[in-house]
Amino acid sequence: AFFWLVSLLLSSLIWFIAVKASDPRDERLQKGLLIFGVMFSVLLQEAFRFLYYKLLRKAIEGLVALSEDGCSPISIQQMAYVAGVGFGLMSGAFSMINLLADALGPGTVGIHGDSQLYFLTSAFMTMVLIFLHTFWGILFFHGCEHRRWWEITAVVVMHLTVSGSSFCNPLYVGSLVPSYLLMAAAAAWAYLLSGGSAQNLRRFLLCKS
Amino acid sequence: MITFMNNSDSEEEPCNERTSLMSAESPPVPSYQDGRQASEAGEAQGHRKRRAGSSRSPNNIASGERSDSRVPVRESTLENEEEELTLKYGAKHVIMLFVPVTLCMIVVVATIKSVRFYTEKNGQLIYTPFSEDTPSVGQRLLNSVLNTIIMISVIIVMTVFLVLLYKYRCYKFIHGWLILSSLMLLFLFTYIYLGEVLKTYNVAMDYPTLFLVIWNFGAVGMICIHWKGPLQLQQAYLIMISALMALVFIKYLPEWSAWVILGAISIYDLMAVLCPKGPLRMLVETAQERNEPIFPALIYSSAMMWTVGMAKPDTAARGSSQQPWDAGLFACPSSIQSTVPWKQWICLRLQVNLGQAPVLYCAYSLLSVYWVVDDRYISGHLTIFPCVFYSLLQGLCLTLLLLAVFKKALPALPISITFGLIFYFSTDNLVRPFMDTLASHQLYI
Repeated sequence: AFFWLVSLLLSSLIWFIAVKASDPRDERLQKGLLIFGVMFSVLLQEAFRFLYYKLLRKAIEGLVALSEDGCSPISIQQMAYVAGVGFGLMSGAFSMINLLADALGPGTVGIHGDSQLYFLTSAFMTMVLIFLHTFWGILFFHGCEHRRWWEITAVVVMHLTVSGSSFCNPLYVGSLVPSYLLMAAAAAWAYLLSGGSAQNLRRFLLCKS
Repeated sequence: MITFMNNSDSEEEPCNERTSLMSAESPPVPSYQDGRQASEAGEAQGHRKRRAGSSRSPNNIASGERSDSRVPVRESTLENEEEELTLKYGAKHVIMLFVPVTLCMIVVVATIKSVRFYTEKNGQLIYTPFSEDTPSVGQRLLNSVLNTIIMISVIIVMTVFLVLLYKYRCYKFIHGWLILSSLMLLFLFTYIYLGEVLKTYNVAMDYPTLFLVIWNFGAVGMICIHWKGPLQLQQAYLIMISALMALVFIKYLPEWSAWVILGAISIYDLMAVLCPKGPLRMLVETAQERNEPIFPALIYSSAMMWTVGMAKPDTAARGSSQQPWDAGLFACPSSIQSTVPWKQWICLRLQVNLGQAPVLYCAYSLLSVYWVVDDRYISGHLTIFPCVFYSLLQGLCLTLLLLAVFKKALPALPISITFGLIFYFSTDNLVRPFMDTLASHQLYI
């Protein structure tokens, strides 16, 4: 979560500089800058995820060296999951906290002609992003572990797609539907990578030992 | 180092001192505003002093050296175990520290949001005589710097005074000082706080009831702090006291001065602990020379208390027959307690570092509530809070990690405060417009 915060800080710094250096009255330019800011932020987040992976790798090596039986008390998969959850929670907190604070106060949603489902869709979008971050964490770390670069690029591409789809807002079908589909795909993929299988799932659901 | 674990001698004194919460504090000095501020001035000064004084853990190089006499082979395996233990206990204690810090912040934020009194600026402490109501930015900056210089010099003087007192064994004086300060905090500030809360919620309370309530609160607090008490109660008092202190500071310290003071305190902390002639370091070394548990009443008392707090579950599990306050030093699993004293030292050191509790929480909650106080943020810009909160916690983790790595006395404040300050200002100016624009277009990153 801290790493996500730092990436957010850096990307907003870049965006801020870009905005200050440009003409504030040009609407299209501002929109373009915003899009650039979003994409850059996505790339930075993934870069920081990679950095975090490197850091955790070192930590695991240290733990393995220290432990008595040669294996660390926490596996890299668990760390991947935790990292993903951290990223997700922080991004979710940042997305939602202002909204929630405003939701308490007096006001009408969409009074100026905007969508009335603003809060609802924001909530769903945030939720899907949190889940996605968790799954991306697992996928990303797995890709780094086994040197499968296509997995890493897949994660980055997915992230860019989800962020890009949010440009369709307020046409919510364009952003929520793809995001949820991607989330289902990522969930299945992460599940399979973590050692799950259809058999496991069936056994779990039928409560067999 | 073993002497730190020996509690057989002078049991009476450590018993009384160990569970005491406060560190040194000066008697109230008259201010030029009104009488009440005088007490707050004294409190503030003491708070500042405490903040400087209690933010470190003991320097136990001597104990480390004792292990040099072992066989090198055993030493390496033992070192491994030591580090593993360090990591394990470090993690647990970091988590244990999060809870009180969070609670303190919550209490302070809740109070600030609801009770108007603490956001009204009614004068300043005598320690910050320069006002910040000046028209120009430069003048304001200058005033805040001057305020900081005065405050820091007061802290330095108090710390040196404390060290001298300790050096010349004026224990009774220190005792009296502590008792006086805790008395004032528990009774006077609680009275003011309760009064304001009642005013805010328009609840009438007659004087006899008020007297009863405050008397009970204060008396139980004094007993918990200076003697023994149930674990949860001690922790609760700790949090209440930190919150009260933070509130006083928010009320009486002008904004820019507060920022500069926070920065200066962390620098001072760094120097006082790490420089060879630093007063805090001298305190630790003097205590070591005398083979005493570092005068718990002064600085580690909260640590000891906190250690007791954390140790209780362990000792209960192990069925130790030691006294509660004693158990704090041995809050390590029995497997290592048998042979290796210096492992216990690590546990102790880890736990002791966490003991700057009241002051730390105060500082942290100060940082985190400034966004609430500032009028610009009334429109619900809450993004700063998780930023600052989280960065503070990270700073805490990092400090504990460094403690495990360096194995000596480290100042606890600088890293966290630096992180907090950086994140506060950068979030305020950079992240907020970005997030606002994103939210208005409903874009997600």
